[in-house]
Amino acid sequence: MSATTTGIGVSDVLARCREENRAALVGYLPVGFPSVEGSIEAMVAMVESGVDIVEVGIPYSDPLMDGPVIAYAADQALKRGVRVNDAFAATRAVRDAGAPPLVMSYWNLILRHGPTAFAHDLAAAGGAGIITPDLIPDEGGEWIAASDETGLDRVFLVAPSSTEQRIAAVTAQCRGFVYAVSHMGVTGARTSMGDAAAVIVNRTKAVTDKPVCVGLGVSGGAQAAEVAAYADGVIVGSALVRCLTEADDLAGGIATLRALVAELAEGARSGR
Amino acid sequence: MTGLTPEPLARPGRFGDFGGRYVPEALIPALEELDEARRKAMVDPEFMGELERLHRTYTGRPSIITEVPRFAAHAGDARIILKREDLNHTGSHKINNVLAQALLTKRMGKTRVIAETGAGQHGVATATAAALMGLDCVIYMGKVDTERQALNVARMRMLGAEVVAVPTGSATLKDAINDALRDWVTNVGDTHYILGTVTGPHPFPEMVRDFHRVIGVEARAQVLDLTGRLPDAVIACVGGGSNAMGIFHRFIDDAEVRLIGVEAGGGGIDSGRHAARFAASSPGVLHGTFSYLMQDDDGQTLESHSISAGLDYPSVGPEHAHLRDTGRAEYRYATDDQAMKAFELLCRTEGIIPAIESAHALAGAMEVGRELGPDALLLVNLSGRGDKDMHTAAEWFGLIDGDATPSGTADEPGAEGDGRTQL
Repeated sequence: MSATTTGIGVSDVLARCREENRAALVGYLPVGFPSVEGSIEAMVAMVESGVDIVEVGIPYSDPLMDGPVIAYAADQALKRGVRVNDAFAATRAVRDAGAPPLVMSYWNLILRHGPTAFAHDLAAAGGAGIITPDLIPDEGGEWIAASDETGLDRVFLVAPSSTEQRIAAVTAQCRGFVYAVSHMGVTGARTSMGDAAAVIVNRTKAVTDKPVCVGLGVSGGAQAAEVAAYADGVIVGSALVRCLTEADDLAGGIATLRALVAELAEGARSGR
Repeated sequence: MTGLTPEPLARPGRFGDFGGRYVPEALIPALEELDEARRKAMVDPEFMGELERLHRTYTGRPSIITEVPRFAAHAGDARIILKREDLNHTGSHKINNVLAQALLTKRMGKTRVIAETGAGQHGVATATAAALMGLDCVIYMGKVDTERQALNVARMRMLGAEVVAVPTGSATLKDAINDALRDWVTNVGDTHYILGTVTGPHPFPEMVRDFHRVIGVEARAQVLDLTGRLPDAVIACVGGGSNAMGIFHRFIDDAEVRLIGVEAGGGGIDSGRHAARFAASSPGVLHGTFSYLMQDDDGQTLESHSISAGLDYPSVGPEHAHLRDTGRAEYRYATDDQAMKAFELLCRTEGIIPAIESAHALAGAMEVGRELGPDALLLVNLSGRGDKDMHTAAEWFGLIDGDATPSGTADEPGAEGDGRTQL
């Protein structure tokens, strides 16, 4: 059986947040939007502004878990020529800025690269692990072996629809944290989190003592505070991406991004 | 923590290495519910009886077979028999699967169905079943496809379905599936996704095949009855591959019968504009399954191209990938040009207007017939009728405004320059 924590993963950061009696803030941006360099600059700015863990998204041609904001940014990034290997440069920059980088990628990109080769390349670039939105552990044998070999974290998802058996099976294979999907649907900011998020977190915590972070729908400080009351981490994606997609230029986008990250980080503290 | 011991994780729905379930966790419970429901239904006399009754009194099953000697004269004088799925209600084989899945939807207590469609055949069939059974219905269709298949959009709306034109990506079938999956993961509580082909996450490839298996079961008996022997080859077009799996499956154990799938060659393999996955692609994951996939070096899906909206898909059902790699089935392709020649030929020699999808199978039969000669007996699945394709055909053959004559065997007095439309 594999270890529950490794030196290169996100566990140390989550443990520190727990000691500080606050939720961790996990921020997602896709590499390559508005450009590879611009996206890396924005990821580093997130770290400087209070994000504890960065999700480095790799744009994919068929992002079926994503709503319009992230799908648009990914599509633009692909049209501008982003490559899978660009994620490793972003990973290195995030690690150098002081936060563990978790790659978020649809499975075929990793499969095409070769799961073992991808794991080694990611570890060499300072990566902490991978979140796999369309890979369930049942199908993840090769990735589970490669992550054990490299010490990378592997974050699988649980959802409000998951049965108790599924939650137990999925969390048993997670390392780093368990990604709890707050509601049934695709990525995208929501005005209210509803009760489903707390319910799935509590159901997950009933079968594991691994950290549980909540994603999908968090858009501002108040929601971050709401989630921080019951979860170990708050994951924000679309709301951050929108700072860049709606900006006139990169500098303006990053300024908006910094302000939103600060608000979210405050929420992740005040919720306890 | 409780003492719940995780059960060992199975990998259901594999055809050799192909298949599987590469979807978000949120959909797994719905897939397991569906798997259980269809397994129970397939051995439940009440369900199977109701499906059989619908096929007899609504679909028009069994579909007939038609021997086509005038067409066969252009195919090496081989003996060619068509399985007439084009005569089914709604105009294609798609209704076989849709009626069964709509019945399953009701058994699962769901009230809304969604579906993707390329050519519109599956969308029309789903809208039809939804009307028949009183289900809410939303059809996702790539924007490009809504334009080239406008008539089918109108048919779906007449039947009461909402049609969503999907503008993202290549705006074709694969993008329609993305949006259907997004809808499903959001509304899975009351919604069943009637996937229209033998791909997607388990149990879809197996289930959809089983619901189309009736094609081969009927055809095998009909050909034996007519000719006293099994065909030398069974030929079908392959997009996702549902009509092909449907007619192939009953013949898999008949080792002497060649199973031949015909993919869309588009503008030719060298042009890069095609959907011949087995001619030029490698294994990968798309839409929840591991199969052959047109992809770039990074694993990004490449756009496929075909004159046929129904074959314009960059991946293929995983069981076909298995049949291909094990050598049990063989796959070739027909270009747009070859398919349209076969399309015209069947119209002119037999008075049957095939779907452009099915015309690819006919083009394959012309090739195989010439290879095997007059002693050969070929069974071809005529999976759909071509009414929906008249706009595309009219453009291809220059039938509009009388400003051009059809190619090849054209024999149309007044077709040129008299201002009469040929439609």
